[in-house]
Parts: sequence; structure tokens; C-alpha cells
Amino acid sequence: METLERIVLEQKIFADLDPEVGTLITGCARNHHFEPGAYLFHEGDEAREFFLVRHGEVALEITSPGRRTLILNTVADGDIVGASWLVQPYRWNSDARARTHVRALGFDAACLRDKCEADPLVGYAMMKRFMPLMVSRLQAAHMQLLDVYGRPEGA
Amino acid sequence: MTVDPYVPLPYRVLAVHQDTADVATLDLEPVGAAIPEPKPGQFTMLYAFGVGEAPISVSGAPVDGAPLVHTVRAVGAVSNAITRLRPGQELGVRGPYGTAWPVESADSHDILFVAGGLGLAPLRPAVRHVLANRDRYGRVSLLYGTRGPEDMLYREELTEWRRMLDVEIEVTVDHADRTWRGAVGVVTNLIPRAGFDPAHTTAMVCGPEVMMRFSILGLQSAGLPFERTYLSLERSMKCGMGLCGRCQFGADFVCKEGAVMRYDRIAHIFTVREI
Repeated sequence: METLERIVLEQKIFADLDPEVGTLITGCARNHHFEPGAYLFHEGDEAREFFLVRHGEVALEITSPGRRTLILNTVADGDIVGASWLVQPYRWNSDARARTHVRALGFDAACLRDKCEADPLVGYAMMKRFMPLMVSRLQAAHMQLLDVYGRPEGA
Repeated sequence: MTVDPYVPLPYRVLAVHQDTADVATLDLEPVGAAIPEPKPGQFTMLYAFGVGEAPISVSGAPVDGAPLVHTVRAVGAVSNAITRLRPGQELGVRGPYGTAWPVESADSHDILFVAGGLGLAPLRPAVRHVLANRDRYGRVSLLYGTRGPEDMLYREELTEWRRMLDVEIEVTVDHADRTWRGAVGVVTNLIPRAGFDPAHTTAMVCGPEVMMRFSILGLQSAGLPFERTYLSLERSMKCGMGLCGRCQFGADFVCKEGAVMRYDRIAHIFTVREI
């Protein structure tokens, strides 16, 4: 039988993770299944749990009055959904909606933060995995903001 | 008959396909003599009579009776005049000029195309070449990003390519609402998902320069060496054949040593603003 720990450690983001650290973070994990159209979380809600998509597609969306719902990003197999659990005030700043059937791992944010705080080895292992992700998402956000495919200036 | 490189040859517009609100693809046939067959990645100088010339990448080579194809975005006087041409009207063509995508030297390699926006146009002849000679290459992937779903080029051809079972075509848009069912996010998001083997891959990247800078970072972090990363640069050009110096880029002229350049040759100056 496939154990939760094996599933966690099979994920690309946790490749080469120290087995002891793997056991500790698995203690904060559980399996989820979302139907198409179901929300993983809503903007403004407390970021109690973040997700790692095992299979399926999730859209991060923003809705404002009088405007159509805009999709900020879509994520798929192997991707992390949500970073707001990492920084105060631990509130989601977008909706996350399943576009397909989604199988995901959910990680209890407070549980993981506590373990990072208590054991610097866990904290450092998480930082090494999440920092590149944050930087690449920041770069992607920059590129989106730059509107690189827009009409050249003066055209 | 010898073709004088300075003299545009008259070509007739066979068809105009309006790709997006400001982008049109023109099928051209020679009125008399034809320019030599362009290699994938080369460009020509298109002359809108009475208005001026502009360098435009060939987006479809005149192979096996097919027309010479250019995809043009209306951004200035010349490109506006070209995109307003209608079937039967004529324009001047000289060239082809510049370097080509390394479709020959990449023989037996895995091929990764990364295209952004209008950058799919200069890459299309290379994609067609690779697909027409599919058994000569390993894994083939195309990552294509556009601003929104309405800005996508060559929808029908992309759909055809997607139907092929041995080519991976991934498309994403920067912005979309819920009516779009495909991926949303920048094209560089697709790079880590492409799952290519950097030891056996040649990448060809084309798009706005900022998009190419971000793409190179993504390819570099995926382990792809600069020696197998190729870009197509865009610079203001006048003569198209390395005489006027308008397109100087460091020690090179983009029209002659480019527009397709191997990244290790230009990495040291690519992000230098003054160049």
C-alpha cells in the first residue's frame, strides 16, 4: 500500500529531502480530492492549508465588482498552490478553483510553520524549496506586468 | 538571372489572413524573378511602394509551390501600409538576409522551441522543417505564450501540430477570463514543465527581448547550456546586408551575423542597455 509519506517524498519539490525531515512534514499532510469547479480556497480566507497538486489543474482567480473573473495563473501537476501561508497575515489574496478533477496534498500551515520554527533543519529545507518557487513566481509576475506582447511604445 | 541584392523584386499579394486586430499574414508570389529560397529564420526587406522598407522575418518559405509568407504587425508607417495591402496589389521584396535557425546542426537533438507573441512567426519555418523531417530529431516541443487568447497566431496550424502524436505543443496566455480553457501564465512557466533533457536539447527562442531574457533564465536554471540556446534578435535595420551599421550590436551587425544568434556569443552584452 502506498503510504502518505511515500507520496509526499515522490513530489519533485521534495526531491532529495532528508528522510527525517520528510517524516516531519508528512505529519502535516493529508490527501484531498476536488471536483471540477470546487474551490481550494477563497480570497480573504485564512491560509490554514496550502496544496501541492498531484494531478489536475487549478486556476488562481481574482474577481472584482463590475469586472469578469480574471485568471492570474494556472497550475498543474507538481505545482504548489498558494504562498500566503508563509507570511503574515496568512490570508489568501486570490481564489483557487479546480478546473478539472484535482488530486492534491494539503499541508497544515500552522503545523508546518511550528515545525520550521522548532527545528532549523526543517525550516532551512523548506526555505531551500520554497524560495526558488517564490523567485520564479515573482519573475513571472514581473513579466506579466511588463505586458511584453503589448504594442511597442510610439506605435 | 542574377538578383541584385539592392533592388527589390516585385511580388504580388495572393492572400491576406488577418491573424489578430493588428497582425496580418501575407502570401506572396513573384511577378517575375523570385528571391532565392529563404532558410528558416532568415528575413527579407519588404518595400511598400512610396512609403519605405522594413525587415520582416519569413514565416513561410516558398517550398513546393507554396507562396512566400510574411506575418506583419502594423506598428509604423511601413508595416501599416504592408498590412493594408489586398490581394492583387504589389510590393517589393529583397533578400533573403541574415542567419538561420540551426535546424541542420541540431540534427539528432531534442528540439525545444520557445515562442512569445509574434515570435512564433520567425520560428514557424523552423518548426515546419523539423516536423517535415521528424525522424531526424529526438523529442520536439513548442512552448508558445501570447498576451491573450485573441492574440494567438496560426490557430489552425497549432491545432494540426497538436494532433501529431510525437510533438508536444504547450500554449499559455498572460491574461484571460474564464472563457479560456487553456493555461494562464507566462511562457517561462512552461519551461520547467517541458521535461526536456538539457544534455541533448537545442533551444530556439523568439519573442520580445524581455521575454527572451526571462526565457534564458528559465532555460539556464533547467540546465541548458548557452551553446545550444539560439535567439532571434530584433534591431532597427536599413540596408539588411551589413553595410549601413544601423543594426550594430557590439561587434556584430544583427542583419548579417543575426538575426539568429547563438546565445554564448552574445551573453556578455545581451542585457547591456547601452548596446
